[in-house]
Amino acid sequence: MSLIDILFYFFATIAVVSASIVVFSRNIIYSAFSLLFTFFAVAGLYVLLNADFLAITQLLIYVGGILVLMLFGVMLTHKVVSVDMKTGTLKILPAALITSMIAGTLIGIFTVTDWKVAPLQTGDPMPTAKAIGEMFMTTWLLPFEVASVILLIALIGAAIIARRDKEEK
Amino acid sequence: MLQIGLTHYLVLSAILFSLGIFGVVTRRNAILVLMGIELILNAANINFIAFSRYGTLNLDGHMAAIFVIVLAAAEAAIALAIVLNIYKTFHTVNVDEINKLKE
Repeated sequence: MSLIDILFYFFATIAVVSASIVVFSRNIIYSAFSLLFTFFAVAGLYVLLNADFLAITQLLIYVGGILVLMLFGVMLTHKVVSVDMKTGTLKILPAALITSMIAGTLIGIFTVTDWKVAPLQTGDPMPTAKAIGEMFMTTWLLPFEVASVILLIALIGAAIIARRDKEEK
Repeated sequence: MLQIGLTHYLVLSAILFSLGIFGVVTRRNAILVLMGIELILNAANINFIAFSRYGTLNLDGHMAAIFVIVLAAAEAAIALAIVLNIYKTFHTVNVDEINKLKE
């Protein structure tokens, strides 16, 4: 096994184990913090896949932004001091059955299909940030602008939704 | 020993996707449902990047993944605002107890 293989299995194990904790843990704080490790492991996988810019973006936005938002949500919607942070589950058995069927189907399709694989580029991986920046300003310009408008709408919308009760009184 | 290739990443993302679906379906807490959605989006992103590394997608896969991350950020912000409003109205965030559109 080469170093890449060992690193892949390392990150994959972390991702799957911490994602299982996110899904199965009874304590919502444990779920939120193991989501952190899932995001870190996925960022490591991005690095293994030569996606350096994506890995940094993942760390900045998921770990620095979305996860903090989730923790804010947890803290603001639970009485942290008094009530325990436990949370229930619904209909475990049918959900487990259907989810394992989905997983089996997906894994079966993924392993059986003869994917069209390009010849691997050898040599040192190239940094992708410059190429991605050029693509943003050329072929992907319209989606880039639309995404910026969506972010603005989300910013204003979230502020308005969260403060709506004050206007109505 | 089989060398790490496209299939490994695809199987990993299938497992993460199924765990995310399971979380979305079974958890009562709305915030945990959101965490399940984030897992699903991450699984999709792994697929995009794996295909751009091993397939013929090149950097277009990176671009799609970046837009997925952008939309995930916007979605998380809006969803958290909605969850806070729900908590203000119903004093719970358990999705099975919230069955009215207005008070």
